[in-house]
Amino acid sequence: MIRSFYIAAKDLKAEFRTKQMLNSMFIFSLLVLVVFSISFGDFLGDTEKVEKLAPGVLWIAFTFAGMLGLSRTFVMETENGCLEALMLCPVDRGAIYTGKILSNLAIVFLMEAVTLPFFIILFNYSLGIGTLLLLLLILFLGTFGFIAVGTLLSALTLGTRTRELLLPVLLLPLLLPVLIPAVEATAGILAGNSIGNLIPEIRLLAVYDLVFFVISHLVFEHVVSD
Amino acid sequence: MASNSRKTGVLAVATASVMLLAIYMLFFYLPPIKDEAGEVLSGSFRIFFFHMPIAIISYLAFGVVFAASILYLRDKSLKWDIYARSAAEVGTLFAFLVLVTGSIWAKDAWGWYWIWDLRLTTSLVLFLVYLAYTMLRKALEEPEKRARLSAVFGILGFISVPLSFFSIRLWRSAHPLMFGGNTGGSGGGLEGTALQLTLLVNFIAYFLLFLTLFSVKVQNERMEEELDSRRYAE
Repeated sequence: MIRSFYIAAKDLKAEFRTKQMLNSMFIFSLLVLVVFSISFGDFLGDTEKVEKLAPGVLWIAFTFAGMLGLSRTFVMETENGCLEALMLCPVDRGAIYTGKILSNLAIVFLMEAVTLPFFIILFNYSLGIGTLLLLLLILFLGTFGFIAVGTLLSALTLGTRTRELLLPVLLLPLLLPVLIPAVEATAGILAGNSIGNLIPEIRLLAVYDLVFFVISHLVFEHVVSD
Repeated sequence: MASNSRKTGVLAVATASVMLLAIYMLFFYLPPIKDEAGEVLSGSFRIFFFHMPIAIISYLAFGVVFAASILYLRDKSLKWDIYARSAAEVGTLFAFLVLVTGSIWAKDAWGWYWIWDLRLTTSLVLFLVYLAYTMLRKALEEPEKRARLSAVFGILGFISVPLSFFSIRLWRSAHPLMFGGNTGGSGGGLEGTALQLTLLVNFIAYFLLFLTLFSVKVQNERMEEELDSRRYAE
């Protein structure tokens, strides 16, 4: 476990030297929000419509921006034979996967933390602290599932000819069981529901996270065994 | 190889004859079907008799992909990869047919080709996952790597389908008014031996069709494999 942290720390250190990925992800997600906000401009005052549309917009922004980052996470290792060196590390392959998940989670959370205030401003929400905490819980569960599958598929598409194109094609159908409950739960929270009403969504997200983390952890070794 | 292709030939003939019988039963043997209110359902209901077998066989095909993928990762024997990719291809075709037959029936019965119903959406997800599987295969050239990576995706894809089912159920129950009425129903229970018999014969027909297509595909892939190995051996 501690070794996963070393790998994550290495990735984060490399990322914070340039902040290339973080910046482009953040700007991309902001642009998605702005584009939707502009196209919904006519009825942003209509709370009922905004409540139906905004949660989906938020998750579209997160998913697409997150995908930008995911497609880079193993590509950056291909330079100077880093991937081979990483595989030579005296650690279990599963630890490499967990390390990559941790660094991706940190980066995507940072992106989400900066995007969320803009979302609240553009779509004119005023959230209490309890609602915000609940929203963070759903964001965590949804993002974890997204990253768990995305990191594996990022490694999987590394060896293909069209990796940047292939990643979204492979990832989106598998993400449906995360996106539906995440969007539903986000809509519920923004509409002022309490945690009691969100149990089915939270349960489904937790099951997805657990199942896909375990399975991906098991098969990761086959993905990188070149 | 020769005995294999003879077996496939026999299988193909058997499929064609049972298929003809199934179609005959659908149009001439099947009595008019009444719903609970006693009204005769429109003829489009007959689509159900091949829609359901196709749907079940598409699940079966993806079960084969899943099992063959796990066995491949265990044994690393290309034999399992041949089964996985053959089943995936035939399964994708069946999954597509499920969507087509379902939509045609829905247009007649509900007036729309498509609604975001639980089963419809799950079928669509299944189809998309295996379309992605095919895309992945096309993007990889090296046989060993292609087999290994698509086995991983075959496992993940199969697991995501039941989860999709539950998430869509959740989503649907949150908006019951979007659908209204008895959308999932297939028009009352299936009573009467004529109906059950027709369904059974159709089921056998499509199962045989699956077996035929699958074995033809497996043979093709084996030949291709042999061709490749001879080409690279030189």
